[in-house]
Amino acid sequence: MTELSYLDGNMLDGPLRELLTVDLSSTVGRCDHCGTTGPMAGLHVYAHAPGLVGRCPACAGVMVRLVRAPDRAWLDLRGATYLQVPMPTDPAR
Amino acid sequence: MGIVSPGFQGRPRASGAALPPGQYLTDDFPVLSAGPTPRVPLDTWEFVLTTETGTEHRWSWDELMRLPQDTPTVDLHCVTRWSKLGTTWQGVSLDTLLDGVDTSARYALAHSYGGYTTNLPLDDLRGGRAWVAHTYDDGPLPAEHGGPARLLVPHLYLWKSAKWVRGIRLLADDRPGFWETAGYHDYGDPWREQRYQGD
Repeated sequence: MTELSYLDGNMLDGPLRELLTVDLSSTVGRCDHCGTTGPMAGLHVYAHAPGLVGRCPACAGVMVRLVRAPDRAWLDLRGATYLQVPMPTDPAR
Repeated sequence: MGIVSPGFQGRPRASGAALPPGQYLTDDFPVLSAGPTPRVPLDTWEFVLTTETGTEHRWSWDELMRLPQDTPTVDLHCVTRWSKLGTTWQGVSLDTLLDGVDTSARYALAHSYGGYTTNLPLDDLRGGRAWVAHTYDDGPLPAEHGGPARLLVPHLYLWKSAKWVRGIRLLADDRPGFWETAGYHDYGDPWREQRYQGD
């Protein structure tokens, strides 16, 4: 049996570029703390802070953190089990 | 630049006094928060020091009040670029709380009601440079500023001064806290402008 090889991380560039340009507020997310699933636009965002902190409206668990430095940004989505992103219909799938 | 800043035991100064790089002076006391404000009744409040071996040292509110109290006047420097000079506090020095605690830990992770955490070298909590503060400007510390009690470590950026502090874990290894795992600097010395990782 042939072991499947892996691809270089560069191959993620295209698929992630397609995904990460979407408007986050149009996505649905699952809270990794309590399992609540709902629109990311429904998060409670605390902006008077050193970064943006998006919390689950049901349990207040942190789902998103975004820190912006002058030349860099950090995105932490550990608190979101997944994001469901609307995509153009692909007839091949 | 030395580790000890000129800011942590500051006296009220004339305007134009030296500020850390990139900071501006404010007379307000801006409220920053990464989440809902916890409301902690004093009769259930507690502060817990946990050593690296798991030994716990606990203080109730009444027990904290019976400890020797300090009244530091300090300058505050927030990483969002405002500084406020000559603020007056009352609280218990971490030297007092750590007195008699058997530890060889080098790091501390403060944790708060509401889930916030921040990490510091244990040495930065010693030497009359850190307090569990419960009084601000002669009144009880308001909840929006971290009351009933907050950590006060004014020689570092203010995110290290954990609001609503509930305890400190003493650790052999450094464990980054809430903002430190999202791009902010592990140490956060305002005089060296250590805002973000790599600064």
